[in-house]
Amino acid sequence: MNATALLIDSVDKFYGPVDYGVHAVKQLNMEVKKGEIIALLGSSGCGKTSTLRMIAGFEPVSRGTISVAGRQVHMLAPVRRNVAMAFEGYSLYPPLTVRENMAFALKASKLSQSVVDEKVASIAKLLEIEDILGRYPSSISGGQQQRASLGRALIRDADLHLLDEPMGQLEPQLRAVLRGRIKHYIKERGLTAILVTHDQTEANALADRIAVMEGGVLQQFDTPQKIKERPANLFTGTFVGEPPMNVFEASVNGTDARVTFGLKDGVRLEYQAADFSHAVRDALMKRQNVVLGIRPYSVRRSADGVTGRVAVNQWLGDQTHIAADFAGGTMVLVEHDRTSLEIGQPIGIRLDPASLHVFDSESGMAISHGEELA
Amino acid sequence: METTSPVERLLRGVALTLVVVFFMFPIVWIFLMSFQTNETILRIPPSVVFTPTLENYAALITGKLQTASGTLDIAFMRNLGNSVLLSVASVALALVLGVPAAYAFARHKFRGSEDIAFTLLSFRFAPPLLVLLPLTQYFQWLGLSNTYFGLIWIYQLICLPLILWIVRGYFEDISADVEYAYRIAGHSWFSTFRKIALPLAGPGIAAAGLLAFIFAWNNFVFALVLASADKQPVTVGALAFVTASGIQYGQIAAAIVLSITPTLALALYAQRYLVEGLSLGAVKG
Repeated sequence: MNATALLIDSVDKFYGPVDYGVHAVKQLNMEVKKGEIIALLGSSGCGKTSTLRMIAGFEPVSRGTISVAGRQVHMLAPVRRNVAMAFEGYSLYPPLTVRENMAFALKASKLSQSVVDEKVASIAKLLEIEDILGRYPSSISGGQQQRASLGRALIRDADLHLLDEPMGQLEPQLRAVLRGRIKHYIKERGLTAILVTHDQTEANALADRIAVMEGGVLQQFDTPQKIKERPANLFTGTFVGEPPMNVFEASVNGTDARVTFGLKDGVRLEYQAADFSHAVRDALMKRQNVVLGIRPYSVRRSADGVTGRVAVNQWLGDQTHIAADFAGGTMVLVEHDRTSLEIGQPIGIRLDPASLHVFDSESGMAISHGEELA
Repeated sequence: METTSPVERLLRGVALTLVVVFFMFPIVWIFLMSFQTNETILRIPPSVVFTPTLENYAALITGKLQTASGTLDIAFMRNLGNSVLLSVASVALALVLGVPAAYAFARHKFRGSEDIAFTLLSFRFAPPLLVLLPLTQYFQWLGLSNTYFGLIWIYQLICLPLILWIVRGYFEDISADVEYAYRIAGHSWFSTFRKIALPLAGPGIAAAGLLAFIFAWNNFVFALVLASADKQPVTVGALAFVTASGIQYGQIAAAIVLSITPTLALALYAQRYLVEGLSLGAVKG
């Protein structure tokens, strides 16, 4: 059960000449177990789609190797890799109906007609496209085309299912329902799926592990919870999480009794030395400058905290987003109740040492998360 | 739908009529001329009232041209046959060579691909007369002058760039992912080309083929220099109507009517593809 489904070993991708062209994917290493759902998460141009296309065989690998189910495939034609893919642009065959499009994916597998019909019917039910099976791609909406394209990929029994932004065009409600069903479908059949997305909610909901990419570099590859609680670096910390993590540059001043962070505008955050473990304190003392990060929902209001001024107070129906001018920047707080704060009103802000993320000011690498070393 | 006032509609109608009359008049006039004798054509003032005669057509079809100084043999029907043969064969060859090439240029960016594609296009830049002189020499050395093969070959200068560039634009418009989806579902590169790319680019290929056919059909100068009487198409053959005893306007008109008929029929038949193909494919090429 825990066999390796996908192994990406030191893969580089250059568009243009190797070493001189655009370096889209840099020294990527990744191992995916059979039955896992992996999300490649990142902004556009981060290399996630290039990675997916290299696995599928539509882009040549500039350096390194890719293995699927124990076979090295990076030199093979797409037809021989035994992977299925749902394309971001749907890419249905225009002359075929939705039903034929999906059945077509099974043609090479030489199943009997009744089995094919059965599979098409069950996947159509799952994706709620039973009523459009007889229609042509040009006559259905983008969301329907996307579901048909997703169905065409999921219907196959491949070693690896590659899904490129599989739900981008769907209405939010349907998206939420389908996420659950698709995850169940994949898990039930023990399929392995690699999903490319820029939507972190989707990544969190579907994936067992998330690979955060930026600038062609894999930033962190871990479970959604670990990525949120223990971001490996400043990029992951600020990219994942909504609203994004608050970050402030700070100088560090430590004695045996106290740890003091000096922020802009003379703001000082003072903590007891005992608030941090020895190891964290040692790591902090070695540095003069760090970057502090704190999630908006970990920021507390307290009368004895540091003063900030309310700039925005928004009630979103289930939570309040407060933005306050703080230490030359903006501090965002999330609270669950409606508040009556006025714009310009001073509030006391307290940053709990247990929820502080500290990053190196130069490399951006995480130093500590709360009490623990990164 | 936007509403238009009656005046606006009237003005639009008048403008359209003027344009149609302007462009159709020469064709209508030639059509009328083809049913007249030289005398009624050259009468002053000209008139649209005349007794129609079929003798122009009869002369062309029988190949016997009656002039004041006696009977002249003309090979018009043979010329027409040559035109059909040369145009059809040239377009067929250009399609066989050009469509796969267009696909290659559209899908695979290889070293020098743009340069090669541009070189092929540049065949259409040079004035034909510029290349004719050396070409005549080569053709004589190679024994290709006055052969159908040589003419079809040289007609590739006209057809191939046209087909290549129009069809290439059309292939580029087809999302490559559709082909990838087909390939990843277990099909080879070649069957993807045959089953997905070719049918999707069908209208564009038809349009390019038709356009190339028209250009080949209307070519004059290559055939004039490189072929002698028995291999010449209608465009060159029409010169025979300028005879020692005068210009045979009636026969020329009848010959024009006969020689535009095949292209016209083809264009009317393929009109839908032509508009669709050119507007979708060529714009982006």
